Amino acid sequence: MSDPRAVVDAASTLILGKRSRLELALTCLIAGGHLLIEDVPGTGKTTLAHVMARLLGLDFRRVQFTSDLLPADILGVSVFERETGAFRFHPGPVFTQVLLADEVNRATPRTQSALLEAMEEHQVSVEGETRPLPEPFFVIATQNPASQIGTYPLPESQLDRFMMRITMGYPDPAAERALLTGRDRRSLLADLAPVADAATLTAWRTQAEAIHVSDALIDYVQALIAYTRTGGAYRLGLSPRAGLALLAAARARALLNARNHVLPEDVQAVMPAVALHRLPMLEQPASHDDAARHLLQAVALPV
Amino acid sequence: MKWRRTTAPRVAAEPLDQSRIAWLMAVAACALVPHGSHLPGWLIAVAALLFTWRVAQWKLGWPGASGLVKLLVVIACCAGVSLTFGRLFGREPGVALLTLMLVLKLHELRSTRDGHTVVLLGYFMLLTAFLYSQTPAMAATLGVSMTVITAALIALTGPPAAPRALLRHAVWLLAQALPFMLVLFVLFPRVPGPLWGLPLDAWSGTSGLSDSMSPGSISQLSLSGAIAFRARFEGDAPPARDLYWRGPVLSAFDGRTWRQGSSAQRIGDGVPHPVPGRALAYEVTLEPHNRNWLFALETVSTLPADVRVSDDWQLLGRDGVRTRRRDRFESVLGARPGIEEWSGHLDAARQLPRDGNPRARQLAQTLRAASPADTVEAGLRLFRREAFVYTLTPPLLGEDGIDAFLFDTRRGFCEHYAGAFVFLMRAAGLPARVVTGYQGGERNEVDDYVVVRQSDAHAWAEVWLEGEGWRRVDPTAAILPSRIERGLADLPAGEPVPFVARVDLGWLRSLRHQWEAANNAWNQWVLSYDQQKQRELLSRLGMSQPDWRLMTIWLASLCALFAIALTLWAMRRSGSADALARAWSGVDRALRPAGLGRETWEGPLDYAARIGRLRPDLAPVLSQACRLYADARYGAAPPAAATRELKACARALRRQRTPPHQ
Repeated sequence: MSDPRAVVDAASTLILGKRSRLELALTCLIAGGHLLIEDVPGTGKTTLAHVMARLLGLDFRRVQFTSDLLPADILGVSVFERETGAFRFHPGPVFTQVLLADEVNRATPRTQSALLEAMEEHQVSVEGETRPLPEPFFVIATQNPASQIGTYPLPESQLDRFMMRITMGYPDPAAERALLTGRDRRSLLADLAPVADAATLTAWRTQAEAIHVSDALIDYVQALIAYTRTGGAYRLGLSPRAGLALLAAARARALLNARNHVLPEDVQAVMPAVALHRLPMLEQPASHDDAARHLLQAVALPV
Repeated sequence: MKWRRTTAPRVAAEPLDQSRIAWLMAVAACALVPHGSHLPGWLIAVAALLFTWRVAQWKLGWPGASGLVKLLVVIACCAGVSLTFGRLFGREPGVALLTLMLVLKLHELRSTRDGHTVVLLGYFMLLTAFLYSQTPAMAATLGVSMTVITAALIALTGPPAAPRALLRHAVWLLAQALPFMLVLFVLFPRVPGPLWGLPLDAWSGTSGLSDSMSPGSISQLSLSGAIAFRARFEGDAPPARDLYWRGPVLSAFDGRTWRQGSSAQRIGDGVPHPVPGRALAYEVTLEPHNRNWLFALETVSTLPADVRVSDDWQLLGRDGVRTRRRDRFESVLGARPGIEEWSGHLDAARQLPRDGNPRARQLAQTLRAASPADTVEAGLRLFRREAFVYTLTPPLLGEDGIDAFLFDTRRGFCEHYAGAFVFLMRAAGLPARVVTGYQGGERNEVDDYVVVRQSDAHAWAEVWLEGEGWRRVDPTAAILPSRIERGLADLPAGEPVPFVARVDLGWLRSLRHQWEAANNAWNQWVLSYDQQKQRELLSRLGMSQPDWRLMTIWLASLCALFAIALTLWAMRRSGSADALARAWSGVDRALRPAGLGRETWEGPLDYAARIGRLRPDLAPVLSQACRLYADARYGAAPPAAATRELKACARALRRQRTPPHQ
């Protein structure tokens, strides 16, 4: 079985200088979570989703969210067929393994919630009939935080459905130079060969779930969660679901680092991506990095 | 005030959440309940109103009190306090104002700092409750309140937890304080005087006795069940009929009122005359009653140093008894002192008003017999023969009260009988006087103390006989022997019997005995643990010559010992995992002086990586140490010798921490 790090290695030949983002994205997918990528246009959000789906050998569909997008446009619709004289269900783009929901905050809340139900239940109910989605099923959603005009920002309860939120950020100068002088990304993408498949991904997930978590680590996770609830910096603390997601992501990261137990470093590495989008802060921090530093440095490691 | 919020430290300014506010309201309730019995009614109403308002604001979302409302309440209540007590300072007004402030503070709970104020105020309110009452019940109430307040303090500072867990934590903390409390209680050098009490406050307690007696001027005897004193005998207690506790002696009579005479004014330091006979030793614990009278059995033969005695054998302390006091006496029962009484006292004991009560004087002449002893016997026979009735509700008597009592009403209690008898004896020419005091007492089977109550107050007569001395004659015993044998419980039917003296409620009686024994033990061992008792106890524990220096040394060393024991125990409890933690912090200690300490939030591998970049020379050992710790702490199969190896790494790092080239 191939090493999950091979996925990261292959992806970083295409997405330059973003190794930590790629690791987080893969961690999220191994842990079975949905991913929200937030950044300004042109930073490679869509490319990242494409690359991940391709390298993991998963079906990939893309939906550009707009304000006139209807739930049926995602889920599918039953159409009357004259030749058979019956209704036949035409599955929507959600029936795939990786769904890229581009600019998810442009759609109306009704459409958003149709997608979010599919994310939570791994099934869709159309016209009274419940249809399961393929396994694995991931949603990689993107949104642009800079332009808020004409958008419907996801409410906190729905943000909670995404295991991680990551940002892309501008590439560093060296990566930027390589990007500018190198080949076109799209043609590179077309050349990319899968390094894993759905079965491998499932195996990785099973492995990650078996990774040892010590009492001391649970103490630390609990201390972090307690701080978000009582530390006074947040309007709302982390939910139990967030705690589970944190632990699952930390396990996946330990697997990615070829360790058989979870370290506080694993928790700290995934904590900003897992926690910050679920934590409405009382005072808006200058940046995500500031917010992450504040959260992690406020809680001492239990020795 | 805006400026204060911006400059206050961050933690203190943190807002309080709902559960903490609930705890603080519990603090206020617990701190105020012990004060409920003595605060003025209107203040209790105001406090209850403000408290209910706060609860409604919390539960039902009512609007809070505005600043103006609070200001008005403060002004109105200050005015009320100063009207009620006449001043704004002192114990009562002080506690009243504290009560008000505590309840008002509940309307001002913005930050953690306000919470701390409420908690500290709550503790202080508990302390002030001891100024009013020091009974075991009060101590138990305050113990419960203290537990709740401590739990609130934990809730305020710690992470959120279930109320049960917080209370358990509080009990546990207080239990740890228990050994320190005991050491401090036993060994802290005591100053003379009561532990609780403010100077110039009213002393509680009054006596059932008085220094004058006017039979016929009161129609109802007070039947207070309050305890006058307790006595413990070394050996078996004598039967109740022999227990005459001597109080003020009334030898001057003006036709209506008996008062203390000249013999009461002459006070000496020892007993007036030696008393021969077998002495009975006992200890009397006297409740405060504001007079300087002490009570001992007739006739006392040995006195403590600071007790004086008058010529008519009344025992007196130097000052009024304002706190519970304990004295050891020896008495000879049945002694007849004063065989060589000074003639001046005898003359005074024969004195009668020039006129009044003619019928009684006439009767006295008929009582005169050959010997004085026969005269006494004749007097007693008179009371036995005629239809005299013992009652606690006698009719009022006017002028010539003794005539009216002897010939018309013939109803009365001890004062009437003693007074009339002494009058008759004097009229018959014998020196006689009225003695007041307490008669009898009830033995408590639980702790073997004899309890004497205010309702045991009694008056009897004393007649001086040539060659014999003062002989005690109790005419009441002639009317109603059971009054002397069994106390008030055996009064004729229809008489009001003091509730506490009833014998028919057996279970109630035994319950009362238990309760009073517990109270007495508390009084003897806790409240009256004074300098003397401390000295006694310490010398019994083998501390010869306990002075305050020695006590302080013992105090400090015992406290230190307890602290060390508790610490060791706490460390042992966490077991071997803590050995690993200690070894791990040893690594940190080794590098911290070089400015390479671990941040509190830094994971072991991150730490190794960071220091490895700063000081590559340390990297091999440090990364080995960090891996060891990470495996031991977080790994599935912790390595066996991790602690030992970690210690070795720490030693190696200590040697290497100074950079080689500097």
